[in-house]
Amino acid sequence: MNWEIVIGIETHAQLSTMSKIFSGAPTAFGAQPNTQACAIDMALPGTLPVLNRGAVERAIRFGLAVGGTVNRRSVFERKNYFYPDLPKGYQISQYQIPIVQGGSIAIQLKGGEKTIRLTRAHLEEDAGKSLHEDFRGMSGIDLNRAGTPLLEIVSEPDLRSADEAVAYAKALHALVRWIDICDGNMQEGSFRCDANVSVRRPGDALGTRREIKNLNSFRFLQQAIEYEAKWQIDTLEDGGRIEQATVLFDPDSGETRTMRTKEDAHDYRYFPDPDLLPLEVSEEWIERIRRELPELPREKRDRYVREFSLSDYDAVNLTASRGISEYFEKSLSVVDVLALPSLPKQSANLIAVDLAAFLNRDNIDIEQSRIRPEDLGKLARSLSDGTISSKIKKEVLDSMWAGEGSPDEIIERKGLRQISDPGAIERIVDDVLAANARQVADYRQGKQKAFNSLVGQVMKATEGKANPAQVNEILKRKLS
Amino acid sequence: MEIHQRSVAELGRMLASRQISALELAKLYLARLERHRELNAFLDVRAEVTLAQARGADASIAKGESGPLTGIPIAHKDIFVTREFASTAASRILEGYMSPFDSTVVERLAQAGMVTLGKLNCDEFAMGSSNENSAYGRVLNPWDKTAVPGGSSGGSAAAVAARIAPAATATDTGGSIREPAAFSGVTGIKPTYGRASRWGMIAFASSLDQAGIMTRSAEDAALIFNAMLGFDSKDSTSVDRPREDYTRALGIDMKGLRIGVPREFFSAGLNDDVERALREALEACVRLGARLKEISLANARLGIPVYYVIAPAECSSNLSRFDGVRFGHRAKKFSDLAEMIKKSRAEGFGPEPKRRILTGTYVLSHGYYDAYYIKAQQVRRLIADDFQRAFQQCDIIAGPVTTSVAFDAGEKAQDPVAMYLSDLYTIPGSLAGLPGMSVPCGFGARGRPVGLQLMANHFEEAKLLGVAHRYQQATDWHLRAPPGID
Repeated sequence: MNWEIVIGIETHAQLSTMSKIFSGAPTAFGAQPNTQACAIDMALPGTLPVLNRGAVERAIRFGLAVGGTVNRRSVFERKNYFYPDLPKGYQISQYQIPIVQGGSIAIQLKGGEKTIRLTRAHLEEDAGKSLHEDFRGMSGIDLNRAGTPLLEIVSEPDLRSADEAVAYAKALHALVRWIDICDGNMQEGSFRCDANVSVRRPGDALGTRREIKNLNSFRFLQQAIEYEAKWQIDTLEDGGRIEQATVLFDPDSGETRTMRTKEDAHDYRYFPDPDLLPLEVSEEWIERIRRELPELPREKRDRYVREFSLSDYDAVNLTASRGISEYFEKSLSVVDVLALPSLPKQSANLIAVDLAAFLNRDNIDIEQSRIRPEDLGKLARSLSDGTISSKIKKEVLDSMWAGEGSPDEIIERKGLRQISDPGAIERIVDDVLAANARQVADYRQGKQKAFNSLVGQVMKATEGKANPAQVNEILKRKLS
Repeated sequence: MEIHQRSVAELGRMLASRQISALELAKLYLARLERHRELNAFLDVRAEVTLAQARGADASIAKGESGPLTGIPIAHKDIFVTREFASTAASRILEGYMSPFDSTVVERLAQAGMVTLGKLNCDEFAMGSSNENSAYGRVLNPWDKTAVPGGSSGGSAAAVAARIAPAATATDTGGSIREPAAFSGVTGIKPTYGRASRWGMIAFASSLDQAGIMTRSAEDAALIFNAMLGFDSKDSTSVDRPREDYTRALGIDMKGLRIGVPREFFSAGLNDDVERALREALEACVRLGARLKEISLANARLGIPVYYVIAPAECSSNLSRFDGVRFGHRAKKFSDLAEMIKKSRAEGFGPEPKRRILTGTYVLSHGYYDAYYIKAQQVRRLIADDFQRAFQQCDIIAGPVTTSVAFDAGEKAQDPVAMYLSDLYTIPGSLAGLPGMSVPCGFGARGRPVGLQLMANHFEEAKLLGVAHRYQQATDWHLRAPPGID
């Protein structure tokens, strides 16, 4: 009998404010320990929190982008527990009334699109860091990270596989970067996921879940869920029971191990933080943020399909990040799309296939591309209007990447213009037919391969510049 | 008249006209402070710091840059953190702690030119009504050294009563300004919640804590409030209103003033000697033109149970930062992090903070939260509503501060509930966030002072001070000095 895997994800996205959520200390990563922690972050006696508006604004932006409800009034509460890197002995978080409720994220799967519902998104502060390695018999505490603003985004248990979980995490990651609320840097911990995993027989009630904490790469997310789901299924099939627990994933062993079970779960004694008034958000503020929101991936995707007749697949690729979509749109800005309807598709292919190969090889983002989007657009135009053949494309792109100029200059300088003069092509075809009597005979006996070989000979003779459609047509005529 | 008998207002005029220098004044008060060390009112005194501040004040006066408070000595309750004096909250856990910043209240008074005499003893973390909960010993009542001075601002009250300081800052969570002011025969006022910045006040119960002042007269309190109160962007619960002149109503008379007298405050629990003094005070007000109006604060009796849910809940969380990790006392011996935190707290906190941390942890626990904390917040709202109804019928409310005059040291120390009842009449106003004050109005048993409590609606401190000033112009209780304190 089958098992169904049920996954919900809690994501901590670090909001890209300059200063902390309740203090003026900077949030920059990588400074010397405790140099970016002020009296408030250290919870010195007499200090009080003051909410950073920038963090609230980013949370609202997120709420609007996922189509959730932005609560006009939300409440900061204290989550009480002792830990050396938690300076106040409590974390300020939102509990009963979060700033954002509901909303959804669309993920692209092989079988099509799936909508993942969001439960909520709330503001909270990060804790500091305990350093256990460098201190013999003691722990070091670095409070630089304490008070860093986080948006905790909680999904409904709508995910059914590690693949779906990763697709969700990637879509969310793309969105928070798209709307510019989080830098998405996973190595630095700016975007980390906890996965709640349970298994059940299809149709049954939800199984007992175990929460895998702090997954800071998509690969670990995938591996951890796969391992955990298999472990749970094996346990149940062996007649065991799943106990609610918090677990850690060890990337070295690829296994999850129990950190604490429900029995030793904390009673966090949440209560509204009396140092902070309830967070009131005005309708005008929300509307201003809504107006300033960039066109969202979803909206862009629909527009690309509608305006440029692109496939859903292409449209999804082009909206994988704001950088890619901006690059694509810039590539179309210098050419007349109406005159060349095939151009957007040409540009989309160049970005998704050719440019992506360069970027991957050099391990850089599209923002650092050595080919300007405007030049890529011109190349797309040269391909669409037949100035060059697709065989020549790679050579031009290589030169462009090497910084040898605009595609037009490269094509002219290197004489790469497509040969579309029927007379010129005919002469070459005649030469090829004369020199390849055997292939001609093979073709006439019905061997299609021989035809391809003859096309290849013609292209070789023209160094790839002959118009392939014309070559085909002339060859067929001559051989018939 | 001797200098130390003079009011803040008079000292200000003497300083401005160069009849005395700030340095002379500082030395005079430091000498008085030393002479009355047995009162144990001070926890930290650093003469060199005080004298340096006094010289700075004299320089300002010489340059013509002085204000009405320049050069006036003041002492601060040890709940306010200070850069130049240790800040301990009268707890072992903060012994010797030096803050890297000044609290806003201290900073503003320093900017106004006031000279700090030192830090004042109080109940540990402002938890107590007798100042017997200080880790550094009890404070004696200058009127009768066998009596408690009240708490938690016992050091503030004793210092002002003994003329060791012309004024002292204090804090009030459930009555910690008004009750010691009454027991020690001085004028004490807490403003509306949100008027004084809590930045730099070591927190006890954040939704109730409020800084105020003890002086010998309402006029002096008004002068100091002008410098001390006002919006502070560092405190999110600070109220953003324009600064006001708290001396503006000092000239008002009481003609037509409607004084609400809560029926519930004059019931069985009130001692006769206190009631007698209060009745006389109210009659004095009537002679000055006021009309008395009986009002009802029906839910006020629930103030103590409500307070002893909310305040411990907040304190249990506020005191979590004292864990021995970053500052304060750390246990010498421990085997791991958890034990380090446990032992540091066990050794560092005295019995009363421990009792309240335990109570607070309990009422916030899963399964009890709704029954205690949520219910207490609901009743708090009812109590506040009672006051709003009352203020539709009267301009100010008058009543007792305490059921009795100051009790003997040790009398209630072993009975926390009896101690908690000391704040019966002050807690309701605190829960409602109202301004309230205690004005000396006579003496009760064994010659111990009695205080008249005056309460006004939110943001009506000026009216409160004006009424108190009018009363003090017509009476001399506030001018009486404790016998035997020279």
